[in-house]
Amino acid sequence: MELRSPPLFEVHAGADATVTAFGGWEMPVEFDSIRTEHDAVRESVGKFDVSHMGQIEVAGPDAAKLMQRLTTNDVSQLSVGTGQYAAITNDDGVMLDDTVVYRLDSDEFLFIPNAGHDEEMEARWDEFRDSFEFNCTVENTTEEWAMIAVQGPDSEALCLDAGVEVADIGRFEIDTVELEGVDCYCARTGYTGEDGFELLAPVTHAESLWKAFDCQPCGLGARDTLRLEQGFLLSGQDFDPESNPRTPYEAGIGFAVDTDTEFVGRDALAGPARDPDEKLVGFSLTERAIPRHGYEIEASDGSSLGEVTSGTQSPTLEIPIGLGYVPATHASDGTEIAVVVRGDRKAGFIRNPPFEQATTDQ
Amino acid sequence: MSFEVPEDKQYLETHEWAQIDTDANTARIGISAFAQDELGDIVFVELPAVGDEIEQNTEFGVVESIKAVSDLYAPLSGTVSAVNELVFDTPELLNEEPYGDGWLLEIESIDTDETDALLEADAYEQQIE
Repeated sequence: MELRSPPLFEVHAGADATVTAFGGWEMPVEFDSIRTEHDAVRESVGKFDVSHMGQIEVAGPDAAKLMQRLTTNDVSQLSVGTGQYAAITNDDGVMLDDTVVYRLDSDEFLFIPNAGHDEEMEARWDEFRDSFEFNCTVENTTEEWAMIAVQGPDSEALCLDAGVEVADIGRFEIDTVELEGVDCYCARTGYTGEDGFELLAPVTHAESLWKAFDCQPCGLGARDTLRLEQGFLLSGQDFDPESNPRTPYEAGIGFAVDTDTEFVGRDALAGPARDPDEKLVGFSLTERAIPRHGYEIEASDGSSLGEVTSGTQSPTLEIPIGLGYVPATHASDGTEIAVVVRGDRKAGFIRNPPFEQATTDQ
Repeated sequence: MSFEVPEDKQYLETHEWAQIDTDANTARIGISAFAQDELGDIVFVELPAVGDEIEQNTEFGVVESIKAVSDLYAPLSGTVSAVNELVFDTPELLNEEPYGDGWLLEIESIDTDETDALLEADAYEQQIE
């Protein structure tokens, strides 16, 4: 597979970043050290190149209707300049991806599929637009935008220093801001649990956008530990339509589902699906070991409960933490479990996220 | 980037070092500065116990960074005579002082013929260039 390179690839190479393949993109995983980058975001501010995230723009008289049909949250609640978290489900209520939907204008939307999902979602939106005979356009603009996340308690001050007028942008709001004479989108959203902003600039201005923020550059490694401390899902790992098909209720994001709206998957999700047999839980280990994707989770009696979907040593709490699906009977906080690490049981207990209480709630 | 490669140690291609005391027939074992940088922030170390036998080129333990799990390979065969227990509580010693306080094991009853399979500092330095 040929990897897509972000517009800032040469800039990162010049900074000696380690790169990795992720979602079909060749992305920086580490600039200095994961711990240094992680701590910068928790304690002050850091910046991430997240140009691998997709952008799809939907515009026209029926744009709101199409967004409502294909995302699980209630799009009619979105006023112009606001965004919401949502899942994208199939007829069975299985999550294909999760996303943030922004209303840019009354009949204009932008949503952010995860890395490598943009073409699939563009095709899905086209297909349903045609079958519903809706009057709107669907444009995949992933390659046209550079996306930078500036995250941390000092992110507002840093943006203001860089001349980006963010003070009036509230949590989950989006506005147009000017950066060095170029119009960019700026949303007060993120994937770290901290206050922060996600900015979109035309790829031609990627480098000036990146360099406008004088702070710690962070890679995907720190992005993963930061999101995991908050219990935020990673598409393709904590749920995946092929390898780990899950409903939003199983994945713990029922808050992003409104079954009073009409969307693909609603019929499967209304009713008993709200009370799933298995749930995504957080856990921490009391013995020294690092839980990793695919390791087995066992009950205190040794019976198998499920598998770890994500795990790490929490840089902030300095304890092993993880996520995984277990029967609802074993999903309460404090339930004793063990994770099997290279054949040895390592004791722990259910500890539902957020593991780390950040400065803002998402 | 260039990494420190002390000349008083010999190296396995998999980035472990051995500092050999030929008189006592013992060796101290650790990982190289290059290895710790490649791994990133080290958060967990698993080692054999005193009295265990380890065998050259064979896995003797595990080191985990935030991002990855890596096996440790023995640069020499021998019997474990000391374990650096500091690294269990302070695994970042492997990042900070891979040739000093971040050492891993001491072994005894080594076979000095096995050193032929190890790289001298200059050869190892070329390998990691």
